[in-house]
Amino acid sequence: MSLDTKAAKIDRLAELTAKQETSTGASLWVEAYRRLRTSKMALIGAVVIGLFVVLAVVGPWVAPHDPTQMWRGEVFRNRGIFVGPRDGNWFGLDQLGRDEFSRMLVGARQTLMVGVVATLLGLTVGAILGGLSGAALTLGGNTGRKVDTVIMRVIDMMLAMPSLLLAVSIAAVLGQSLTTVMIAVGVVQIPIFARLLRGAMLAQGGADYVLAAKALGVRKRRIVFSQILPNSLSPVIVQATLCLATAIIEAAALSYLGLGNPNPATPEWGVMLAESQAFFDDAPMLAVYPAVGIIITALGFTLLGEAMREALDPKLRS
Amino acid sequence: MSLLELKGVKVHFPVKKGIFFDRVVGHVYAVDGISLSVEAGQTYGLVGESGCGKTTLGRAVLRLNDITEGEVVFDGTDLASLPEEEMRRQRQRLQMVFQDPLGSLNPRQNIESILSEGMAAHGIGANQDERREKIKEILAKVGLPTNALARYPHEFSGGQRQRIGIARALVLEPDVIICDEPVSALDVSIQAQVLNLLEEIQDSMGLTYVVIAHDLAVVRHISDVIGVMYLGSLVEEAPSDLLYAEPKHPYTKALMSAVPVPDPEVEDNRERILLTGDLPSPANPPSGCRFHTRCPWKQDTLCATDRPELKDLGDGHRVACHYATEIAEGRLRRSGESVPATLPGPPSLTHEMHEMHEREEQEEQEERAVDTAQKVQKGQKGPGSGASGGDEPAPAREG
Amino acid sequence: MALLSVDELSITFTRRGQRDAKAVSGVSFDIDPGQVVGLVGESGCGKSVTSLALMGLLPDKGVRIGGTADYDGTDLLSLSKNRMRDMRGTQLAMIFQDPLSSLNPVVPIGVQVTEILKRHRGMKGEAARKEAADLLDRVGIPDPTRRLKEYPHQLSGGMRQRALIAMAVACAPRMLIADEPTTALDVTIQAQILELLKELVDQEGTGLLMITHDLGVVAGLCDKVNVLYAGRVVESAERRPLFAAPTHPYSHGLLGSIPRLDAPRGEKLNPIRGSINDNIEWADGCAFAPRCDYYTMECLTGTPQLTEPLTAGHQVRCVNPVVEGSTPNDDGDAGRAESAGEDAVGDARDGKSADIEKADTTEASS
Repeated sequence: MSLDTKAAKIDRLAELTAKQETSTGASLWVEAYRRLRTSKMALIGAVVIGLFVVLAVVGPWVAPHDPTQMWRGEVFRNRGIFVGPRDGNWFGLDQLGRDEFSRMLVGARQTLMVGVVATLLGLTVGAILGGLSGAALTLGGNTGRKVDTVIMRVIDMMLAMPSLLLAVSIAAVLGQSLTTVMIAVGVVQIPIFARLLRGAMLAQGGADYVLAAKALGVRKRRIVFSQILPNSLSPVIVQATLCLATAIIEAAALSYLGLGNPNPATPEWGVMLAESQAFFDDAPMLAVYPAVGIIITALGFTLLGEAMREALDPKLRS
Repeated sequence: MSLLELKGVKVHFPVKKGIFFDRVVGHVYAVDGISLSVEAGQTYGLVGESGCGKTTLGRAVLRLNDITEGEVVFDGTDLASLPEEEMRRQRQRLQMVFQDPLGSLNPRQNIESILSEGMAAHGIGANQDERREKIKEILAKVGLPTNALARYPHEFSGGQRQRIGIARALVLEPDVIICDEPVSALDVSIQAQVLNLLEEIQDSMGLTYVVIAHDLAVVRHISDVIGVMYLGSLVEEAPSDLLYAEPKHPYTKALMSAVPVPDPEVEDNRERILLTGDLPSPANPPSGCRFHTRCPWKQDTLCATDRPELKDLGDGHRVACHYATEIAEGRLRRSGESVPATLPGPPSLTHEMHEMHEREEQEEQEERAVDTAQKVQKGQKGPGSGASGGDEPAPAREG
Repeated sequence: MALLSVDELSITFTRRGQRDAKAVSGVSFDIDPGQVVGLVGESGCGKSVTSLALMGLLPDKGVRIGGTADYDGTDLLSLSKNRMRDMRGTQLAMIFQDPLSSLNPVVPIGVQVTEILKRHRGMKGEAARKEAADLLDRVGIPDPTRRLKEYPHQLSGGMRQRALIAMAVACAPRMLIADEPTTALDVTIQAQILELLKELVDQEGTGLLMITHDLGVVAGLCDKVNVLYAGRVVESAERRPLFAAPTHPYSHGLLGSIPRLDAPRGEKLNPIRGSINDNIEWADGCAFAPRCDYYTMECLTGTPQLTEPLTAGHQVRCVNPVVEGSTPNDDGDAGRAESAGEDAVGDARDGKSADIEKADTTEASS
């Protein structure tokens, strides 16, 4: 028997066992992204959000008319009857004779900003509080427990307050403006993120790899920040995406209640919805445009959020 | 002198209860007074069933659990009384391999990062390049390819993950490695690979092992000395061969007879000592000898009242049983045992029935006691999980 | 006549956009009344899927089941959902690995047992309760009337498994399937449960399909053993011949890699190299070849068939079985290939494998 035989044997075996090499050093984040890319839900969500963002950025430039320009004469000529969709005004005119289509385009920016800023506010403050609380508890000791107790009681108090009431009181202090709406919506989200991150950190703190790091002699602080924290982030990221959707809806609700920005120069979908209320019988479409806009964008964020949850969920990891 | 010596180590977890204020209502006696010593270069096997406190004991040595009482003397230093930072530094010399190979590796770190974590913590290697060289050397030792460095734990098979866990301990060049169920999560054909690897690196690096396992066959295969644990205490300790040849404690005998052997000839002909009942709760351990509630050799005196100490019977054989010599010499008979032909005359049946009846009644009482204990345990908070072998679910997520 | 006769069972998982995954193919075995048949293998070998298929517990979608499982004249695999539900419990019963998750946590044990009696045996009230207590007593649960009122979490692991067995035998099924019934239990408790199963089989003449990874349990309990690897039976024999002469390199390797309690200390273990994932498709040859110490080129051409190289009734799916005189060759390990190993194989070949050798050379030269 020659060496060839053996070489052939080894080659044949290698050929047969060669499966597509998937282990290329892909971290969980990379793998999650890979799963996300193949998800139809994520694709639809991303397209919707993408369109919304493009609209928000370029809206004011591509708007065919100035959103504040009023064709009062048109309204009068029509004897008080609303001007429906027509050439030049695709969505018709609103109650003051302004171009509804232009207002929708310009309003997208405000709506997106409310959602993003409010969620960022909630996420940042919430994550800091929750992270502090979780870290304090994990690092242990009496001080840690006390810090955690204080933070969590504050969070509990925020949770105990009805969100609308909270928003109204904030508006009462700060006055009626877009900032008020953003702060109100953001503050309501703080406890969500705080509790979520703290809970995730506590759960991860009991994991075996944390014990292993401790056994290795890794410093406690490093264990918290390089082991526990990165593993606790994925539910927070998912929640942030989902919260963008609720923030947009909540902001719309607050604007609808009259707490939003009254400035006609910066239209906002929620305010537009609120203003159209009085004319619902005569011009239902004026309510439908902003409502549909809000629904579609919220749906986009929800879809993406759910897809991200699936992609990041460790239980689905093979 | 022994490299590692445990003197009367106790780990008690408080059982807390209360709506507003936590009140300590009792303790889980996870480890209740264990003394043993491990010689350098030796493998000490700790064997026992779930809930016997073996995992808690292993973690206590590394101070991953608080030690309630006793000393853990490692190379002349009492670890139990060291300040936290010094204990952390000692961990370079005392390492641990965990049961769950996937769970004990951080899913978001790649292998290089996992393996350099400990080196960074102890200041080994001036920079990452130096560390990488060291890591490559160790990877070769545990039989992993160098291209594993950039990969993540989920990309490996179970056996490979356990090799990573072993490599993680080895990069620190420790003196002692505590292996907590190192192979029980692995498939049978992989177990042997890991056991062989452990033996190889022990020879080449002069390591001392404490191997904790529930599988007596695994422990016997790898250990020089075996300690058998039951409900937080050591009931028997002997060199591996001696323990197999002459188990003296009734629990060891029962355990040994229950371990299945993959050989029909052996299985069909061996005598089985079936224990009745279950392990009592460590929150409410029986009085006297912890094993008397299930012991087939239980006697009317001493067993239920006095807790037996480990007695040295020579040849390094230590047994905690009041009647170990009597049982060994055949002077005491196990209840329900078939009568050997050499013994004159059968024992009176009525006596035996009476005995059995008594035993059952006793058991019932014990069981009731255990139930209440378990109810108490349910209200427990804090790190009580170690008491039952750490198999409690992780704390539920909030929010 | 066999109580249950499984013939050419195959289970394939299908997922849109992905290649079909064959979990089990061509598995056949018979179980007689009062007989214990073991399905042994490591994780992923298809043993649990087999039991679920027999019990009709696999989902309808995404699974393709082939072959037949003849139970008393009816094919279990082609029964309707409703018929199958009636069969379960009354004719066939299953015992799972994890007794806690198989019991309803919020319902007392007694209610769970009596429910079965009411549904399948039409018993009522006091009679059902009494029968339930009797059942618990029979499986060795002390003080059964008190236990009936308790919830699953109040029972210990061993007691839970006993309760589960009591529920399984409540309607005196003629066929029991036990999927790793003792894996979650301690050895002393395992011994009790195995004893109980043995009693049930001996006294009631129940057929038992025992699914386990533990060859020790098999050695003590099973009459016939089927060793599974990558979804196919690689060796099938009576218990004694199998353990006396494990002939497939996989079973041979498995037995050589288990530390035995009664082995002299210092005896080296001979692990099977590689991991369970190192398979090739059975269609390409023997799935075990990449891990096998005895493989030749012959092993890599087509699916090997079950043959009886030693004694009648001892079936082995291997073209190069481990018989007396076989020596492992060393060339599977590409990194450490040495010509010495090759020679050793050549020398040790008997008449049968000389043919293989010839095939080997022709394969290489062609």
